[in-house]
Amino acid sequence: MLLIFLKRVLAAIPVLIIVASLTFFLVRLAPGGPFDSDRAVSDEVLINLQEAYNLNAPLSEQYFDYMSGVIVGDFGPSFRYPGRGVSEMIFTGLPVTLELALYSILIAVLVGIFSGVLAALKRNTMLDFIPMAIAMIGICVPTFLMGPLLVLIFGINLEVLPVSGWGNLPGDKLLPSITLGFAYAAYIARLSRGGMLEILGQDFIRTARAKGLSERVVVTKHAMQGGLIPVVSFLGPAVAGLLAGSFVVETIFQIPGLGRFYVEAAFNRDYTMILGTTIFFSSMIVFFNLLSDMAVMFLNPRARD
Amino acid sequence: MENNSSLWSDAYRRLIQNKAAMIGGIVLVVLILCAIFAPLIAPYSYSYQDLNLGASKPSWDHLLGTDVMGRDLLSRILYGARISLMVGFVATSVALVIGVSWGIVAGYFGGRIDSVMMRIVDVLYGLPFIIFIILLMVIFGRNLWLLFGAIGAVEWLTMARIVRGQVIGLKNQEFVLAAQAMGVSNFMMFRKHLFPNILGPIAVYATLTIPQVMLLESFLSFLGLGIQPPMSSWGTLIKDGVESMEEYSWLLIYPGLTFTITLFALNFFGDGLRDALDPKTSSD
Repeated sequence: MLLIFLKRVLAAIPVLIIVASLTFFLVRLAPGGPFDSDRAVSDEVLINLQEAYNLNAPLSEQYFDYMSGVIVGDFGPSFRYPGRGVSEMIFTGLPVTLELALYSILIAVLVGIFSGVLAALKRNTMLDFIPMAIAMIGICVPTFLMGPLLVLIFGINLEVLPVSGWGNLPGDKLLPSITLGFAYAAYIARLSRGGMLEILGQDFIRTARAKGLSERVVVTKHAMQGGLIPVVSFLGPAVAGLLAGSFVVETIFQIPGLGRFYVEAAFNRDYTMILGTTIFFSSMIVFFNLLSDMAVMFLNPRARD
Repeated sequence: MENNSSLWSDAYRRLIQNKAAMIGGIVLVVLILCAIFAPLIAPYSYSYQDLNLGASKPSWDHLLGTDVMGRDLLSRILYGARISLMVGFVATSVALVIGVSWGIVAGYFGGRIDSVMMRIVDVLYGLPFIIFIILLMVIFGRNLWLLFGAIGAVEWLTMARIVRGQVIGLKNQEFVLAAQAMGVSNFMMFRKHLFPNILGPIAVYATLTIPQVMLLESFLSFLGLGIQPPMSSWGTLIKDGVESMEEYSWLLIYPGLTFTITLFALNFFGDGLRDALDPKTSSD
């Protein structure tokens, strides 16, 4: 196990270096400099600016400077917000985004697994059809539509929940978390239903039932361990989707998280910020993929090859 | 095709009996026709502004109302269907071409070629493509064809895996060995012998890729990185609707409803197609 883990970590390092380099050169390819703005800047100022950010040095030197900074966690200064470092901005936004992601994942896992397992046990009854129909809605209604609709219903028409913000008003964390978690609850419900149906038909479940175990023990001790493996392997890649969802949800609900910083940076062409967040997001995604692969291997001996 | 029609005619029969899939298929045909004939059936041009009108509720003149610039919403949804569906089909075709060729080559040659090719797929799987697409749109401008290419270049990975698996299953069967013995060239082998036999899974997966592609496009348009005004995809319409939903909720509800119905139809049709072509792996 440990050996496989180390091997995977070693394999992830070149991937991250490639991602970082690719992003660095893509950003340098971009037409227009970071200081192009509506206000004309005099040549003298421009030269000073370029001097200050070391943009006149040869590309290779800039590249090695930047990469050695990244290794120690320094993503350089922000082009748009003078005096603020990209790393500093990432760590202001990160706790908010992580909290949002945590609540959403909790909602998704609890609701998804519960309704999926229930649907599998009560197959072809209303307890199967209704949750699966709702899950289909969760898959077909995109986050950027679900969020505004929830705001329209609960925020504007019923006036029971705040329409935006994060941590300022009671209950303002509820709508963003539900918006982000709903689609994943839907996927997890479908995956756990499928996984459970497959496991419930196998011999060892019949054996467990035959030796007189209660249905509750059969389901929780025997069936769920195998039946939920698809859910575990889904959670790693789900982090990538969750990040993309946080761009939308944080924009809709005006939450000061990393996702909104990223979208703003994309609009402001704040290249160092884009570069830094891209590298940061990539490492997170690679890390969570690794984590869920490890968890699957741990749960399923057959996956350890 | 007369003699080997059993698989396809069986599948066709099963598809016809699946009500959800048939309704999905009919909705799709109607939508595609609407998109093709949008200039003929749309009551107004998508960019025609009646500034005196402003945002107005649905009425007989404007069946779904008008937006804040006085543009007819129904017409904009109809024209938006062209963009959204075109993105869906074009980007899926890009994904299809790359994924099928990659998968056939990897699966057929096997050995070291296969392991290198699939290793590349594995590595690409772990990358944050959404972030890369956003980066590309920011750096190179919001170009429609770049959008098609970028989305297609992301979605081919799963297709490559599926095709490779199928080809590995086929390549030791007698008809492939016989063709090899007769000295058929590699290209002819792919085209005449392998490709027709994996058409089923390809068709199924392609149908299920289209909604994902459309979601991705509307996601980008929603963030303001996709289609630019005055052209509109459903994503841009939803974005505009969100901005004015407090006063003019119909501007959000109708485009949202259209988009959701389309995704439903595509998913139901895709699921039905999968059940029809491959009863063994049907969803339950």
